[in-house]
Amino acid sequence: MSVIYFIFQQTMYFMIPLMIVALGAMFSERSGIINIALEGIMTMGAFTGILFLNLTGKSMSGQLQLIMAILISMGTGMIFSLFHAYASINMKSNQVISGTALNMFAPAFAVFVARVIQGVQQVPFNNTFRITSVPVLGSIPFIGPLLFQNAYITTYVGILIFVLSAVVLYRTRFGLRLRACGEHPQAADSAGINVYRMQYAGVLISGALGGLGGLVFVVPTSTNFNADVAGYGFLALAVLIFGQWKPVNIMLCSLFFGLMKAVASSYSGIPFLSALGIPSYFYKMVPYIITLIVLIFTSRNSQAPKAEGIPYDKGQR
Amino acid sequence: MKPKQIKDHTGILSSIFAIILGLIVGLIILFLCNPEQALPGFATILSGAFTHGAKGVGQVFYYATPIILTGLSVGFAFKTGLFNIGTPGQFIIGGFGAVYVGILWTSLGPAHWIVALAASVILGALWGLVPGILKAYYNVNEVIASIMMNYIGMYLVNWITKSYKPLFNNLRNESKNVANTANIPKMGLDKIFPGSSVNGGIIIAILVVILIWVILNKTTFGYELKAVGFNRDASKYAGINEKKSIILSMVIAGAIAGLAGGLLFLAGTGKHIEIKDVLPSEGFTGISVALLGLNNPIGVLFSGIFIAYLTAGGFYLQLFEFSTEIIDIIVAVIIYFSAFALMVKIIMSKFVGQKNGKTDETGKGGTKS
Repeated sequence: MSVIYFIFQQTMYFMIPLMIVALGAMFSERSGIINIALEGIMTMGAFTGILFLNLTGKSMSGQLQLIMAILISMGTGMIFSLFHAYASINMKSNQVISGTALNMFAPAFAVFVARVIQGVQQVPFNNTFRITSVPVLGSIPFIGPLLFQNAYITTYVGILIFVLSAVVLYRTRFGLRLRACGEHPQAADSAGINVYRMQYAGVLISGALGGLGGLVFVVPTSTNFNADVAGYGFLALAVLIFGQWKPVNIMLCSLFFGLMKAVASSYSGIPFLSALGIPSYFYKMVPYIITLIVLIFTSRNSQAPKAEGIPYDKGQR
Repeated sequence: MKPKQIKDHTGILSSIFAIILGLIVGLIILFLCNPEQALPGFATILSGAFTHGAKGVGQVFYYATPIILTGLSVGFAFKTGLFNIGTPGQFIIGGFGAVYVGILWTSLGPAHWIVALAASVILGALWGLVPGILKAYYNVNEVIASIMMNYIGMYLVNWITKSYKPLFNNLRNESKNVANTANIPKMGLDKIFPGSSVNGGIIIAILVVILIWVILNKTTFGYELKAVGFNRDASKYAGINEKKSIILSMVIAGAIAGLAGGLLFLAGTGKHIEIKDVLPSEGFTGISVALLGLNNPIGVLFSGIFIAYLTAGGFYLQLFEFSTEIIDIIVAVIIYFSAFALMVKIIMSKFVGQKNGKTDETGKGGTKS
């Protein structure tokens, strides 16, 4: 039983950031803007958040510090994504190119600034945020060890974001308008919706959640930040497509990908998996291979937003 | 021909515009970090490559070799309407092919390096083939498919290299040295640029650039590839096998990126496949090179040398206690603004015939909406 709890807790560490980032990207793509800058946004968010943890490490600790870092990461991600929004919405540039530029910029910037500030590129931090067991809830049988032991506050933030995203996208006026902009911006415009503003909102949400996702990824899985988030931004993109741009599917899909990542990183400690003798590289490759296969089967009936990636031009019909 | 001339003119202008903006941002960052060292540091970026004379120039060509080819791969695919973001995967899998043959097939004698390079071309082509087929037959977006292939390729290469003893250098966690016969001959370049790492790879790269230029501009085959890129349905209607064209475009793009990997790992400069889960930067740099070179093979050649030149200058920045990442920042900013430049071009093509100059004004006019 303890093995199952262990795998599940590990899975949560990997799943939550994936889900947060993919949900963010969902808002961007549902508004019609492709955002492949997720990797860069995550890197920037993780960098400023971890840097904050590092700089305040002597005077602060615990959940308050983490919550402040979360806000800083979200703010950074938002500001950084503004560049993508400006290029793709105002300048109508190729969204993939602008995203690629941000992806290249972020790690270089993180290394450069870290070296300027402290001489080396790794930013270490003290992890004082792990909750061994949530009071009362942690002692519930089965569910307690699954969700409320060895957890991080970020896990619950992630679950909250999931619920909020699903509600906002399908149950609010904002969500309806956002989706309209991704499907048929001209029609949305003629109905009086400000397409540019909705697209800005979409990209900024993806920036905030992307930045948060970067921090949420680094805190439980590492003790320092080394200017990369291990391809998680691209994996989140895969999650988004695999999840067909829908919140519940994204959640399930990130659960699966998170499980694969957890198995890859800790399978040697799990008796029945290490007995199978399959190397960790196999588990690392599986999410990407499955995404490719899913793409083949779903592309004919793809749920991708119709106007995705096409710069909206008021003058065009 | 007049409209075309104006368009080309705009393209080069907007590249220069992007380069200047990128350099200015770099200078500002240097100033923010250390105002006293900023100007000498910046001068080093611009001229550092010449610090050691002919050797320095040779180094520039050595750095340029792989990125010219990855840039050509991206640029070629762009010309045929595809965005090949899969160069990192094609690059590493191609490099792996070359290293595999270079280490194990030692009985080939003088043909060893040629066979090793052929292996890199074939594996790279294979890695381009998959997104090509998915695009042609299943209409899967090639950007997404290529990104997946990048990670599959990277993990696969690490997996095989690490688990297959003859390939793996346990102490340094990287691939072993390739046999001497697998190293690309110097082709006389060591005499021109003594002491540098340059080798025949740059000559091969230039030949491939010319070959691709000829294919794109002087052959029916190239014309068909470009036609499919412009309008898939119209090309099909005109009798072009559009599925075949898409697949071949990706295969050729993959082959070029694979060759880039082969040329780097067979350069005989102590480059090995390192077992770390990071995509090779040469692949992504190719995107920069292609965009800066306006996706034109000849343009790619020059932009590849330009970025290699900046990189070579960047190494000397450490003398001023700046880290070399500033070069990556500058290049990223250049790409960002070159994305704007595409819009400059679109607007120019709208105004062709009505207005001639005023490129930048029209570009900026579009920012307010």
